[in-house]
Amino acid sequence: MSSSDSRNEKDREATTLSRRSIFKMGLATGMAVPMSALGQAPNRLRPQPGDQLVFEEGANQDELVRPELLGLEQRPLSALARDPETQVLRDGSRLNRVMITRIDPQKLTARYQANAAEGVIAYSAVCTHTGCDVINWDAGQLRMACPCHESQFDIYDGANVVGGPAPRPLAMLPLEVVEGVVIVAAGFRGRVGFTQQF
Amino acid sequence: MIIRSSILLCCSLISSLLSAQDLPPYNPVTAERLLNPEESNWLMYRGSYDSHGYSSLDEINTDNVDGLVPVWSFSTGLREGHQAPPIVNDGYMYVTTPQNHILAINARTGDLIWRYVRYLPDDLQQFHPTNRGVALFGDRVYMATVDAFLVSLDALTGELIWEVAVEDYYNGYYMTMAPLIADGNVMVGVSGGELGIRGFVAAYDVMTGEEQWKTYTIPAPGEPGSESWPGDTWQTGGVPVWLTGSYDPELNLAYWGTGNGGPWMGDTRPGDNLYSSSVIALDVTTGELKNHHQYHWNDSWDWDEVSAPLLIDFQRNGQSVKGMVHAGRNGYLWYLERKADAINFVDANPYVYQDVFTGIDPVTGRPEYDMTKKPGTGYEANFCPSLWGGKDWPPAAFDPESRLMFIPANDNVCSTMVGEEIQYSPGRSYMGRGTSENGGFFVRPGTDHIGELQAWNVDTGERAWTTTFESQNWGPVLATAGNLVFMGGTNDRYFRAFDSRSGEILWQQRTNSGITGVPVTYTLDGKQYIAVQSGWGVDAQREQNLLNMAKGENHYVPQGGVIWVFALPD
Repeated sequence: MSSSDSRNEKDREATTLSRRSIFKMGLATGMAVPMSALGQAPNRLRPQPGDQLVFEEGANQDELVRPELLGLEQRPLSALARDPETQVLRDGSRLNRVMITRIDPQKLTARYQANAAEGVIAYSAVCTHTGCDVINWDAGQLRMACPCHESQFDIYDGANVVGGPAPRPLAMLPLEVVEGVVIVAAGFRGRVGFTQQF
Repeated sequence: MIIRSSILLCCSLISSLLSAQDLPPYNPVTAERLLNPEESNWLMYRGSYDSHGYSSLDEINTDNVDGLVPVWSFSTGLREGHQAPPIVNDGYMYVTTPQNHILAINARTGDLIWRYVRYLPDDLQQFHPTNRGVALFGDRVYMATVDAFLVSLDALTGELIWEVAVEDYYNGYYMTMAPLIADGNVMVGVSGGELGIRGFVAAYDVMTGEEQWKTYTIPAPGEPGSESWPGDTWQTGGVPVWLTGSYDPELNLAYWGTGNGGPWMGDTRPGDNLYSSSVIALDVTTGELKNHHQYHWNDSWDWDEVSAPLLIDFQRNGQSVKGMVHAGRNGYLWYLERKADAINFVDANPYVYQDVFTGIDPVTGRPEYDMTKKPGTGYEANFCPSLWGGKDWPPAAFDPESRLMFIPANDNVCSTMVGEEIQYSPGRSYMGRGTSENGGFFVRPGTDHIGELQAWNVDTGERAWTTTFESQNWGPVLATAGNLVFMGGTNDRYFRAFDSRSGEILWQQRTNSGITGVPVTYTLDGKQYIAVQSGWGVDAQREQNLLNMAKGENHYVPQGGVIWVFALPD
């Protein structure tokens, strides 16, 4: 592990403690506390309208997402939002991560077409079953898949569940393209992550 | 970090202490009671420190078991894998569920005394949404949580007394095991081998929660065994410990099974990778790693060997061996000798079809491999048994009277696996497994079953009988002096009693869901009961998905947890 990784680990520890403190504060007071009201660090905010997207992996890692950098119906790549003004990367929560790919917009179910931009679509990377990263890809059936419990999601149908135990589709992040760059058009459509049973 | 609490910050509590009115005052669990547990109770994960999963109760036996009927049941209200044994102490029953609920129930009436609900963080990922039970000591209840805390609660009220952050879940650590309590320490190991953790077992003062020791399963540079990990791979090499250890009070050693190394492909970490896929002996007082035996080196098959060995003294060549026996995920049945200064190999033979090992060194027990059966980065290989092994986590049992060990096995299923390059990122998947056809899973052509319940005579080393099931088998085993073995585990939702001398099915009850819970037995007012959770999920369901794909079927196993309690009619 490099020294920079070690530094990151300390930073993460600090944010984790902070996250827990906030979490417990909300529970102790029994209120649904808006995250921004607690002065949440901007890197922990979910992707905001106007944010750019940055590749987190692949040949164009750390570059801005542009439609031409994505092959048609290729394995989705993970990406994070970045505030274009402050350059803050929203890497403070794994719930912020999206998987992006490019599809044929004509084949996308009609109700989701407004969320695509020049064929680029983004779904939450976090499975709605138990919160694992949806990193697997079935290239034959064009399905995103979860390595934990085999849930499968149809990329052409709003990430609806087509296999496995996931109870809900993956949340979709609406996009637009401005001056050739993919931009977040609105907050997530749908709840991100799993829902704890009680 | 210890958080003592008189108010509940992390959880909610539903309490109805009136439900315990007809029970005697709570009987504190002492060290002596754990060393010599009375047959009327089930005080720990496998009933006793030797992990036999055996009870000397015999009111329910081969002559009358066909009259067994449900006495009460209790819905947990939760989905996914209900794997925990109901832990029973003089009428007080404690059951854990997925999502880290604890149900305290009046075992006489089936009424709820209290329910602890842990609020889990939104950004938690649960590879294995389950829990395998509580530990008891004094007037406390202990649970290891999926967000990597150890909690201590009041056994009578459910009030949280303290909680300890064992590790940071955000870095991939989580816990599903029942804690082990011995010598004043409560001990837990960590899961997260899929997420680039560095495994360990840690001990905490049973009363205060202060950390006493922490022993890593991967040596740091300069420590013995560190030469078996190249470069920095030791820091993220996995080797989790996610099942309760066995404990030998005479040696003051706890025997823990360890998981495979990570990423999954052995070629990413050339070397033996000590102490992966091993049994390690830890001094319970100091945590010192006294000795070990590695079942197989440089794993590339996801063959965790986390099941703790059963502490069994067996006969070999006319001699009594102070030993232990382990049905390996790698498909071999291992006999070892346990001593203060060593774990010695005795013998090992396959108990299911296994096509990877080409030989076992008769002195050291080190296996040799058919390297064409060893997946690698960019190299796809088929191998049997599958990544879930001949036996996964469901515990085996041992009847000291008949000398038979009962193994819940899976045969005839195999895996296809290929590795792909992967970069470490904290808390993210770090398996490095690529995509293979049909989910990388297949059934051996020409075979007619998968699940098995096997009985082996530990003194002769010979198999006594095998009962087979078309379904996969994820059923933990209970053996009793009534010459009975209890087990569920199949996808037809049955809970069954077998004649331990023949394997014949003597009784079965169809339940709400598939049974992957650990069965237990106890008495109340002198009457014997059998209790088990029914609640299918986790890997049993995952294998079902792959079987459906392989067979072109859509076999459905309903989910949802229910505690079942059975007895003979009055």
